[in-house]
Amino acid sequence: MVQPRFRRVARFVSPADRGFAAVVYGGSILFALLIIGLFIELVLGSWPSIAAFGPSFIWKSSWDPITSNFGALPMIYGTVVTSLIAIVLAAVIGIMAAVFLADFAPRWLSAPLSFLIELLAAVPSVVYGLWGLFVLAPFVRTAIGPAVQKVLGWTPLFSGPVYGVGLLTAGIILALMIVPTVTAISRDVVAAISRDLREASMALGATKWETATRVVLPAARVGIFGSCVLGLGRALGETIAVTMVIGNRPEISASLFAPSYTLASVIANEFTEATTSIYISALIELGLILFVVSIVVNALARLMIWSVRGST
Amino acid sequence: MTVAALGQRRLRRRRVYGSLGTALALLCALLAAGALLAILGYVIVQGAGAINWSFLTALPHPVGVPGGGVGNGILGTVIIIAIATAMAVPIGLLTGIYLALFGRGVIPEALRFLSDVLSGVPSIAIGLFAYAVLVAPLKHFSAVSASFAFMMLMLPLLVRTSEQAIRSVPQTVREGALALGMSNLRATVGIVLPTARPAIITALLLAIARVTGETAPLLFTAFGSQFWETNPNNPMAVLALQVFTYAISPYPNWQAQAWGGALLLIVAVLVLSLGARLMLRRAMQGLES
Repeated sequence: MVQPRFRRVARFVSPADRGFAAVVYGGSILFALLIIGLFIELVLGSWPSIAAFGPSFIWKSSWDPITSNFGALPMIYGTVVTSLIAIVLAAVIGIMAAVFLADFAPRWLSAPLSFLIELLAAVPSVVYGLWGLFVLAPFVRTAIGPAVQKVLGWTPLFSGPVYGVGLLTAGIILALMIVPTVTAISRDVVAAISRDLREASMALGATKWETATRVVLPAARVGIFGSCVLGLGRALGETIAVTMVIGNRPEISASLFAPSYTLASVIANEFTEATTSIYISALIELGLILFVVSIVVNALARLMIWSVRGST
Repeated sequence: MTVAALGQRRLRRRRVYGSLGTALALLCALLAAGALLAILGYVIVQGAGAINWSFLTALPHPVGVPGGGVGNGILGTVIIIAIATAMAVPIGLLTGIYLALFGRGVIPEALRFLSDVLSGVPSIAIGLFAYAVLVAPLKHFSAVSASFAFMMLMLPLLVRTSEQAIRSVPQTVREGALALGMSNLRATVGIVLPTARPAIITALLLAIARVTGETAPLLFTAFGSQFWETNPNNPMAVLALQVFTYAISPYPNWQAQAWGGALLLIVAVLVLSLGARLMLRRAMQGLES
């Protein structure tokens, strides 16, 4: 159905209407200018750094304010690793939960569970950080860390001292923060899969579980993948909670227990203390990288979700 | 063994797999919901002890002096969000009206895309923008720069929801108003917007809930303050920022106050989110009846 709208021929002839149209146009133009200005300001702000370090900014691993020598690699590494941990955990839990809520749960159970999981998205970032710092980090240091090291301590991935704060802890906190995104969208996508498909599968003798995992999930996979990418986008840019639990050290180390840094948390920690203009500019360039990456990831996710569920 | 018996055994095995899988899926759903209850419970237990009258109304005390509160942070949060709302509502509403009334073509599609892009931009990058526009040129931190950042965070939700809300008003309502000789201005402001109001207010509440707990852009915009600051041109204390500062401090007294502040934030955000849900439900019922 064609959306009902004013047709363009609806003429704005009276002075009041012309004024109205001008105000509406003005507001929209202002909105567009704000977003374009955001991009321009980030580019302008990072220009001294771009000019000084060139593209090698991305793969250099020194971050030394004293000699004004800046490279983003440790932060890119920390951002990628924490986001990957988060998306793996959140995808497993979120997709399973979505299948349960959409296909298995009785109504009296699915409504309150969905509600609780959606509220998880409303909890402020700084509260996640506080909980991560005082509950999760000690738990990783005293329970998860020693237990994992007893079995897998010989691998570089889990070697070295366990401080509690570090890549793994940040990844777990991020996973909690993006589980609602993955669950809510996956549940909608799964629920939008046609009943016929389910009934056909059941009629062929498949059990309910086989129908869900072998018929419904494959049919919904693009949308579910989109929900994961959207979650990934949130994880990449998350700042405060990560800053509180990642340990804030610009080093690359293989161990998931090691402290690290992310693009967003460097900006949060060092921006107000940055003294030289090249230092500030390098931090803004980190923000620019974050901005560009998050736009690409989000655009990708939206395309995938739209292709299944239809534009919202 | 007969073929039938073999089939029976396979079916039994498939059913066991099914039950195991379902149990696993249930476990995942419970895990996610349980995480919320764990965080909520912990914040309530730890935070309730810190909350009393002076915590809500007093200024922060210096390190080592017991007591003190987050009164100025609560006030600052309200002031900054009020200014942000005052800036975001007109821009968001006008853009929403534009998209709903002139919704086809390249420019509206580009605007929708920009709006979606904005909703995915990390808040810290928006904080950098606010810094570049309002802090760096004036050479001092200010509450109004924090409001600017919050406005940017609120806009995408306001734009897209007000567009949808205005569109969902039946065309007949609009045509009726126009047929009675109303101008487009009066038809929109007097008839269409009031009909769409509940949905728009819901979106506004959700947008406010989103920025209430937002901390990252405040670090280099509002910056924080030890005083009762009401001038938006000066640095200002904000509750979320105080929670962050106190949490990473090494002082047990401050850490206890961080839990108290976190409880206040969670309660505020949950009340706003639940309020928005209730409004939406009432609005839906209103449309059906």
